Amino acid sequence: MDFGAINPVVLVASLMVAAVPIMLAAIGELVVEKAGVLNLGVEGMMIMGAICGFIVAVRTGSPLAGFAGGALGGAVLSAIFAFLTQFLLANQVATGLALTLFGLGLSALMGQGYNGIKPPVTGPVPFGPLADIPVLGRILFSHDWMVYGSVLVVAAVWWVLTRTRTGLIIRAVGESHDAAHALGYKVNRIRLGCILFGGAMAGLGGAYISLVRVPQWVDGITAGAGWIALAIVVFASWKPWRVLVGAYLFGGITVLQLNLQAAGSTIPVEYLSMSPYLVTILVLVLMSSGRGRAGLNAPAALGQNFHAAR
Amino acid sequence: MLALEKRPNPSRFWLYATPVVAVALTMVAGGVMFAILGKNPFEVVRTIFWVPLFGEFAWYLRGQLLVKAGPLILIAVGLSLGFRAGIWNIGAEGQYIMGAIFGAAVGLAVFPTENRLIFPVMILAGLFGGWIWAMIPAILKTRFNTNEILVSLMLVYVAQTILAMASTNFLRNPEGSGFPGSRNFSSYPAASNPELIAGTGIHWGVVTAVFVVVAAHVLLQRHLLGFQIKLAGQAPRAARFHGVSPNRLVVLCMGVSGALAGVAGLFEVTGPAGQISIDFNVGYGFTAIIVAFLGRLNPVGILFAGLLMALTYIGGEMAATNLGLPSAAIQAFQGMLLFFLLAVDVMTNYRIRFAAMGAR
Repeated sequence: MDFGAINPVVLVASLMVAAVPIMLAAIGELVVEKAGVLNLGVEGMMIMGAICGFIVAVRTGSPLAGFAGGALGGAVLSAIFAFLTQFLLANQVATGLALTLFGLGLSALMGQGYNGIKPPVTGPVPFGPLADIPVLGRILFSHDWMVYGSVLVVAAVWWVLTRTRTGLIIRAVGESHDAAHALGYKVNRIRLGCILFGGAMAGLGGAYISLVRVPQWVDGITAGAGWIALAIVVFASWKPWRVLVGAYLFGGITVLQLNLQAAGSTIPVEYLSMSPYLVTILVLVLMSSGRGRAGLNAPAALGQNFHAAR
Repeated sequence: MLALEKRPNPSRFWLYATPVVAVALTMVAGGVMFAILGKNPFEVVRTIFWVPLFGEFAWYLRGQLLVKAGPLILIAVGLSLGFRAGIWNIGAEGQYIMGAIFGAAVGLAVFPTENRLIFPVMILAGLFGGWIWAMIPAILKTRFNTNEILVSLMLVYVAQTILAMASTNFLRNPEGSGFPGSRNFSSYPAASNPELIAGTGIHWGVVTAVFVVVAAHVLLQRHLLGFQIKLAGQAPRAARFHGVSPNRLVVLCMGVSGALAGVAGLFEVTGPAGQISIDFNVGYGFTAIIVAFLGRLNPVGILFAGLLMALTYIGGEMAATNLGLPSAAIQAFQGMLLFFLLAVDVMTNYRIRFAAMGAR
């Protein structure tokens, strides 16, 4: 194998960019699952965010408005999920799948006529002289604001979940909705809020794919990123900081295989492009079995609907 | 203020009424969507649901209905067994692809031998291909407690890459002047899956689908295993006391659904699709999830649901050519159907009561 053609500094810098979408989607889903809801529609919410963000950014010419539109698109789709599962008590697994199928179709429909257009450029944050530091400058100070924003979101989620009363309530709802209900908390409303947050984060991640990562609109642009985000939540055993590690790990694999493809590696392209999915499976196996049993850390009420039967 | 009150027993009326109500609501909501797209909603809904059955070209399109419904029903019946037991195989699309590749590889390996045993062996290979692909998430689930939803879905992407390799590399037609895609099975009688009665669209896959519906119905109604599947889904604790091994059920349900998806892929690739190509799969494995739910996870229901979903495919194509409706619209329409179905389903287990504000 020839690693010589790959510049490690560029590799690290670009893995940070590649990790942003899955990190945002995963941290949103982590909050949702902490509240005891399993939303399998991350892929659908991401792709809705991708197309909504793209349309808004192209129409307004402002990437910032685009990201806001992406978050809104993801949140609106997740509102359907919330309505079905929290108020009509529909099966969460089935509803999540429906969300993905519907999102893929609707996004392709909305994206008609947006193929081949370039979105407005999201420039790097001006760090001035810091960006000129050798190695570190390229790795740490050459990115757009979303790269730093995503890390801030992870930090904020960690702080809220572990250090605030709000976080305690969210976790209580996820561990035992009956107990939380008995204490007077509005289980369904709290879950609704968490689902909307998860949707907004997934939408933001999707918008990052279509506005920065690719950057253009193609049908099915997320290509399984939403499912990888779901896997990262398991990998992180529902701990916010590990989402950061997981996202950088998967971002690294994605970037590395793309670089190997470009560098003309002897490994056939097909094996390289299936590697992120195979690694996801491998990680799931490692995390789910043996001493590292991630399942033990899962919220106790995960996937169960709550109906206050007085 | 509306409130939900749990019914003592699921309503039999709503059990059968939900799919009908859901389809009606989807037509209304879909009509709104078509109107937003600038089409006449009544014209589009008529084109989707009426024209393929009773329109000018109905003699041809009715046959197409069975061609599309066959694989959907085959896959959905398999999936429904697992869904009933709380085992979520959502990677049927990957198993469908692998079944097609395994089966086609067997047929192409012996090209151009003419022998009537070739096609049956290909069917076995198709069953095996889907089964082995579904065994990966099943074994990982039973041995390492890995989430079968995520693993089976990841394997769809892997299967798609293998399909790309097959059509550009190891199964490529050596006489195809370098174009991707395998030999066409229609010019290789021993390995092809032709229309059995001209003009009806019936091929071996459709026959198998009907057989599978009957077999699954008998299994669920008359067989101990069917009882165990239902029990494991409705009352996992009771199932454990009854001596049902969860691991055995996982392996069984995943295996059956994988094998059925695989054989559906084999029938498709040797018949209607004709050859292994990069995009011969058109998402039946995912649409079958909608079909399974629309059919209430009941084999006979799935038969009707598969026909209805095939109708939306064909009607969608008609609307695309005649009215210029974007083809993605029909995919959104199908997704919408699943939403309404899950929403209306609340009526089966709950009653809606009007309660005074603030009253408990």
